[in-house]
Amino acid sequence: MTTATNIQPDYNMKVVRQFTLTTILWGIVGMSVGVLIAAQLIWPALNFDTPWLTYSRLRPLHTNAVIFAFGTSALMATSFYVVQRTCQTRLFGGPLASIVFWGWQIVILSAAISLPLGYTTSKEYAELEWPIDLLITAIWVVYATVFFGTMAIRKTSHIYVANWFFGAFILTVAVLHIVNSMAIPVSMSSMKSYSVYAGAVDAMVQWWYGHNAVGFLLTAGFLGMMYYFVPKQANRPVYSYRLSIIHFWALIAVYIWAGPHHLHYTALPDWAQSLGMVMSLILFAPSWGGMINGIMTLSGAWHKLRTDPILRFLVVSLSFYGMSTFEGPMMAIKTVNALSHYTDWTVGHVHSGALGWVAMVSIGSIYHLVPRLFGQKGMYSTALVNLHFWLATIGTVLYIVAMWISGVMQGLMWRAVNEDGTLTYTFVESLEKSYPFYTIRFVGGAIFLTGMFIMAYNTYKTVSAEEGSIKPQELG
Amino acid sequence: MSIFWTIWISAITLTVIIGCAVLLRAANKNNTGVKEGDPMPHTFDGIQELNNPLPKWWVGLFWFTIVIALIYSFAFPSYTANWNGLLGWSSSEQSVKSKEESAKAAATSHSQYQREMNEAEIKYGEVFKKLVYTDADVYKDIELIAQDPEAVKVGQRLFLQNCAQCHGSDARGGKGFPNLTDNDWLYGGEALTIKETLMHGRNGVMVAWKDILGEDGVKEVATYVLQLSGRRVNDLDAQAGKERFVVCAACHGADGTGGQAFGAPNLTDKVWLYGGSRKAVEDTIRNGRNGVMPAWGEVLGEDKVHLISAFVYSLSNK
Repeated sequence: MTTATNIQPDYNMKVVRQFTLTTILWGIVGMSVGVLIAAQLIWPALNFDTPWLTYSRLRPLHTNAVIFAFGTSALMATSFYVVQRTCQTRLFGGPLASIVFWGWQIVILSAAISLPLGYTTSKEYAELEWPIDLLITAIWVVYATVFFGTMAIRKTSHIYVANWFFGAFILTVAVLHIVNSMAIPVSMSSMKSYSVYAGAVDAMVQWWYGHNAVGFLLTAGFLGMMYYFVPKQANRPVYSYRLSIIHFWALIAVYIWAGPHHLHYTALPDWAQSLGMVMSLILFAPSWGGMINGIMTLSGAWHKLRTDPILRFLVVSLSFYGMSTFEGPMMAIKTVNALSHYTDWTVGHVHSGALGWVAMVSIGSIYHLVPRLFGQKGMYSTALVNLHFWLATIGTVLYIVAMWISGVMQGLMWRAVNEDGTLTYTFVESLEKSYPFYTIRFVGGAIFLTGMFIMAYNTYKTVSAEEGSIKPQELG
Repeated sequence: MSIFWTIWISAITLTVIIGCAVLLRAANKNNTGVKEGDPMPHTFDGIQELNNPLPKWWVGLFWFTIVIALIYSFAFPSYTANWNGLLGWSSSEQSVKSKEESAKAAATSHSQYQREMNEAEIKYGEVFKKLVYTDADVYKDIELIAQDPEAVKVGQRLFLQNCAQCHGSDARGGKGFPNLTDNDWLYGGEALTIKETLMHGRNGVMVAWKDILGEDGVKEVATYVLQLSGRRVNDLDAQAGKERFVVCAACHGADGTGGQAFGAPNLTDKVWLYGGSRKAVEDTIRNGRNGVMPAWGEVLGEDKVHLISAFVYSLSNK
């Protein structure tokens, strides 16, 4: 432990190192599964007539792997790093941090085994069955204890805005997970369980969960990341303290209401649909507050984008964040939703957030972290970071543009009617027309995944180099 | 919805919306004691925060969404299930609990769904009527309609929309779903029989024989059934199967040519509803089958069913 005379507290960086490296590993695994199922949509034979490799089982594996293995590992790495450094104190709870790491790996492995075997609750993004749900709850409580415990013993007077966002994410995800996963097991020796909710209530609870998994895990959590790594990497002060206050409170208060927009024109009562829509509209400004604060933090540092590909990752991630948080409220408007719902447009929207925002802000943050965690002055190759940046950007753009076009096309084809009122196109005709875009999406995803392999190589060379041997580099 | 829930929902939603407005006003003023543009008096790991004002356009945008949200939420049903808002709008009759209630509500409802259905009936109902009724206002013969290319085209569209999910876009069916383009009919291929099938549906039940015949019996009967359709099989097994076939004859007939009264398939041809491999035939005998054709009369109305019948009839009566 540290003594009072130490200026630099004895931070627990071991758990940060562990989570940082597993973020890259699970990123590659989760995205590989994504590329495989994208390929299966074009070449169905790629399931090799094997139940474990069918689209229906691998799709939840993909979403769970990228959200809870890749994304959440990134959040755990950065939140443990940021909370220590901005509270100027070692992580609370000693070995508890290790329990979070190893416990979370067990959760990920259980998911990776049980989902291909066909165990599923059938609730989107909450497919894991009850024994794993219980384990998630236990590990999450430990995670919260470590995080909030560290905040409680902080040496600083105030709590930095990044920690508000991390805190909101940890607390809300706990509530969402517990409420949505309430289920009764068929028997104590069976993996199968049934939700305690039924009908429209079940749907509403599910999408209250589903949308706030996006809102609190994939938005609030990653805004926490952004609020530390953008000013650090740009070496500039945060643009507006007041903007961070208003957009934080408005974001967390309003986001929790947005779920019903997933259930427009369904059996959900009209009043709940209306509220879901108006709250999604209000959400537009608070969402953009984070983007403005991040991008304006670069005031006076824009020239750094010419030489620093890590900063490029962070700034472009904010641009994609701004774009998806504009698109989201628009898609929540019932009239727009009538066109976009159930089409690939939704898939494109999710991936402009998932690839453009979540993955790119994580990748930028990890490139910032790796040298600092392993005693180097920079990554092994800045040129490779730059190459990764371009692969990630091009891959994301190809993916979302392909899905926009096929999504709008599907929506228009499904609603086209003949002069006798019958539908002009059958479903299978719209599917046939989607194939070219499925191919572009597959190519985009494969390009993004290639970037992840380059990151793994660059990280390996950085971690395995002799300590202090890598000098900082700038792009020429 | 009880008054409690109305108050509860109104209170928490309006608190959030108005709370946003109050907070926006507060944050828009500088109450920090720090000059605008200067850093706040705390740093975190070297990160400073400037006390810059909120961007004006952003504040304007925030106000705009709040105002729009409030207007919309009072115009449309938002805070309770008991009030459809100032515009009196509803998506559909969400509270009906039975077909009867639904039919009753449809007569008086002003929901968007009912309005669109009524408009469609006015706009398109005539199109179908013209194709299926004679000048004397009775149904044209299905055989006659099947000769009218325009009517068959419309019938095909209705088929693709409602029937292709099971019978396929080309109407050739699939395992468990009859091929409609051949001349092999389970319930009969006469025009009016086809319409009858569409209007009221069918339920083709083959009972499971494993408990009665035993595993050996299942195999023997399967062998005989395969022989009926001309397959080369073990004669001894087939002979044993033939003796057991008496129980099957009740529906499939003594000669195995089937019975349209029960929708029992002809076993002597080479058409197999559930597959003609030995395994598939054994499986059918062992565990039975339950084929369901839904009733479309109430869903589509008789006019459209009449038109689809003509299309289906035309497939095998070129």
